[in-house]
Formats: sequence, structure tokens, C-alpha cells
Amino acid sequence: MLSNSEVPGLVFLTGDLGYNALEQLRDALADRFINAGVAEQNMISVAAGLARKELRPWAYSIAPFIYARPFEHIRNDICLHRLPVVLVGNGGGYGYGVMGGTHHALEDYGVLLGLRDVDISIPAFDSDLSVVISELMQTNRPAYLRLGLSEEPKGWQAPPYSGWRHLVAGGGATLIGVGPLAGSYVRACLELPYESRPNLWALCRLPLPDLPAALIQQLSNGKRLIFAEEHVAQGSAGHSFVVQLVKQQVHVSQFQHVTALGYPSGRYGSQAFHRRECGLDAASVLNAALSGYAS
Amino acid sequence: MNVPRVSCLDPHERNERRRMARKRLLQMHYESGVGHIGGNLSALDILLFVYHDCLTAQDEFVLSKGHAAGALYVTLWTCGILSDDDLTQFHRDGTLLSGHPPAQGIPEISFGTGSLGHGVGLASGMALAQKLKRQSGRVICLTSDGEWNEGSNWEAIIFSRQQKLGNLTIVVDRNGWQGFGSTRDVADLSPLAEKFRAFGLSTCEVDGHECGQLPEVLHQHTEASPLVIIADTIKGRGVSFMEDRMEWHYLPMSAEQYAQAMMELGDL
Repeated sequence: MLSNSEVPGLVFLTGDLGYNALEQLRDALADRFINAGVAEQNMISVAAGLARKELRPWAYSIAPFIYARPFEHIRNDICLHRLPVVLVGNGGGYGYGVMGGTHHALEDYGVLLGLRDVDISIPAFDSDLSVVISELMQTNRPAYLRLGLSEEPKGWQAPPYSGWRHLVAGGGATLIGVGPLAGSYVRACLELPYESRPNLWALCRLPLPDLPAALIQQLSNGKRLIFAEEHVAQGSAGHSFVVQLVKQQVHVSQFQHVTALGYPSGRYGSQAFHRRECGLDAASVLNAALSGYAS
Repeated sequence: MNVPRVSCLDPHERNERRRMARKRLLQMHYESGVGHIGGNLSALDILLFVYHDCLTAQDEFVLSKGHAAGALYVTLWTCGILSDDDLTQFHRDGTLLSGHPPAQGIPEISFGTGSLGHGVGLASGMALAQKLKRQSGRVICLTSDGEWNEGSNWEAIIFSRQQKLGNLTIVVDRNGWQGFGSTRDVADLSPLAEKFRAFGLSTCEVDGHECGQLPEVLHQHTEASPLVIIADTIKGRGVSFMEDRMEWHYLPMSAEQYAQAMMELGDL
């Protein structure tokens, strides 16, 4: 963001969050950095007003606060008018871990996809951000940037950012992860022998981009497909994906959709704890992929 | 905003325009068989004053009480922005003139509104944009009084004061009625002016139907904080059987009622 601080018209609003993170941006943007206070509904309406006057507002909070509280303001003020406001939600999914359920965003992009006009970016790696931010600086539509913790293994180079990316090649099942979750599977995949190693893909944009030909070809190999996302099933990327498979008449013999399940035990913990409870952690997902391979 | 500059009508011409606008509003609502007449009649005089006597080309207007869309459309008709044919499309299939202002299609309508508690925040954003862009001009936002039940409005005035949006003016159409009762009985906010002042906003109270002092109030406001004008109005103003009656928030007119209302307003 700092490197884009001179973009004409850029205004950055925060809902009173960003300690130890946004100070440099605040200093660089000066009067174009607005702390809108603990008032997310108003922050979104203000952002719409700024966009109506041809400025480029970005509105920031943690993921659950940026879409849920001000939802009607996003729908009416931004989306009905198709205004180019970028919503930035930090810590999507279970990102805020043991902070508890109020701080999780398990249905964020499903809810926003329901508004039809929102472009959603879910970068997988830190290295994606410069491209994603540059793209969003040029957008002429509402957008949502869901941020999460990058889990790029040391010494491994992620392919350049795009909606679909083939992260790891293998001879086993196909494994698709959404956003940073895909990155969390890279190391475990690489540790497997090639013949059982899943073909790992990252999906980082919604609505669902066209399916790459290479992915369709892999899906035709008769092996299991696992689609994993830190989001509830309703409104999920996985559901959009299945609809697309049907439309394109791509046959998949075995499909497993691994999603956020809320709080199965009624207990709270780290992001890793919640991923394990839902079977979203690397060990569970790879077990599922390998059992498909064995069968 | 593409609106006429401040007009110089004498009081007689202004009254005649007001009478024509009321009659056109009633005709439009009668022909389309829809209600919301009471709140439109309470807001109409304010809208006519705002558009004909206050707004300049540099200014912006946001109708937060979107259920007064009819009054806005008729006001735009008095400005020559909407035609008589346009008004015949009110509430029809395929229309741009929906029951609440449309989000697209009429450039002079800055925002589609209807759910209450949005306009002040939107107007604050536009006022902030004017400030950041070093533009002259002001943003005027018309709200209802019941709408101040919405917490988002209070968020917006805290913000607008903090940002020193002296170019923002909020006009409250205080007709004393809301959806299912009087404002006093449902969620009493009186004394409303003192509440705004307690939030640090310059506040004055005017007659919302004889708002001749509105332009002067606007031009005299030079403070850095937003201005609130509480305009006392009468729901259903101008039609005896509608005045100060909650049911005219909802009811359409029968043929007999329409005839009586038009008779009360006199021939064009």
C-alpha cells in the first residue's frame, strides 16, 4: 500500500484498527488516511460517498467487522451503485483463532458473492500482494480483499499470482485450496513421493475464474478431487466450482469438499486448532487425498 | 449537480410553484395508486426550497428519507430535469421512478436510498471528498425524524464533526410521525436540537413549510462543524384530511379523496 500512496484519489479508511501495522501508511497518506472510528456502518457509507465523488476509497478492518456489521451499507451504498470501493478484511476464516467466534469470518465471501458485483481477491502468499493491490488500485467495481497468513515454505518460490495457480505437480489426487489455505499444504505435498503427491492448485479469485485446461485434464484422470476452503459450505467457492464442472461436463469420480464447520466441539483455539477440528489442516487433507489414491 | 442556481422568485410565484408541485405530487400518487403521501407532503416544501433557493452547481444533495421519492421527483420536475411524461412512469413496470430513489439512471440523484440511516454517512463522504479535493460547495442531506432511531446516523454525525465537515448540512423533516406511531411514543428523542448540540453540531429550528430563512441560515453558517436544521413540518401538509395523521404514511387515495384534495389545493 505504501508504494501506492501517491495513486491519485486514494483514500484509506480504517475502523479504528491497524495498531503497529498502518502507522507508516497513515503518515504517508496524511489527510487521505481516515480513522473512521468504531463505526463500520458509517465508514462504508462514507467510502461510498467518497467514491461517488471519484476518489478511490479503501476501507479496512478485520474480516468479520468489514462485511457483517455494515452489510446493508455495502449492499445499498456500494453495490447498488457499483462504486469502486475496496473492502479489506484482515484475518479471513479462523485467522483470529482463539479470539473467538465473533472474530472469525467463515461466510464472508459467500455473503459478498451474493451481491453479484463484488470482485473477491484471496491472495495465498505475501508475494501476491503487490500484484493484487496494483490491480485493485485500478478497479472500477466493488472489491473485497480477504487477507490471511501467508504460509509459503522457505526456499520455495510461488508461481506468479493469478486466479488459478498450479502450485505443486504430482501423480495423485487433485487438491484445490482457497487462498492462504493452499499455501499451508505446499510443504506436506512436496514431502510425498511424486506418484502419490496431489496436484495442488490455489484458487485466489472469485467469482470463479474459468477453469484452466490443465486442471480439467487432471480432473479427468479418475482420481479423487478434494476442494478445501476456510469458509462454510453455503455460498462457498466449492459450490461454485461444482456448478462449473457440471456446466463444462467434467466428470469427477470422487469429490470431497472440506469446509469450515463452525465450532464442532464448542471449544476455541488457534487457527490451527480450528482447521484440525474441520479437517482443513494439511495432515487431514493429505490423508483424504492419499486414501483416494490408495483406493 | 445540474440544478438551477438560486432563484429570485417573489413570494407569490414561490407559492404558486409550491401549489403546482403539491397537485402534481398528488396526481402522480393517485394515478399510480400508491401511498407514502403524508411524508412526501411534509418534505416537499423543504425540497423546493433546497433545489430552487439553496443548491448551486457545486453542491450535492442526498435524500436520506427515500420514501419521499415522489417529492424529489416532482421537485426535479419543477427544475425541468424530469418531464411530465417521466412522472407518469412513477411506480410503473420498467420505470426509473421507483418508490424509492433509483441507484442508477438519473444523474441528478446521487444515491438510491430507502433503508433509513444511510444518507448522512453518504453525504459525509461526499462532503469529505469536497474537502480533500479542495472543492467549494456544500452537501445537503434531508432526513426524516423517525430515522434518527438509526444508530448509523449518530455514527455519521460523530464522524462529520470529527472531520470538521462544515460543508455538510443536515435537514431534519420533523413531522412527528414514524412507521407505527408518533416519534414521541415510539422512541422519544426530544429535545432533538439539544442532542445535536450535545454532539457539537450547530443546530437551528425553522418552520419547514415557510422556510424562507433557509438560504440565509445556510449562508451564515461558517463554522467548521456540520449544520443541522430541524424543519418543523406537518405530515400530509396542504390536504386537510391527511394533515398530521399517521395512516397517510401508507394509504393511497380513493377517487373521492383525490377529488377533494385537488379541490382544496385549487385549480391550476
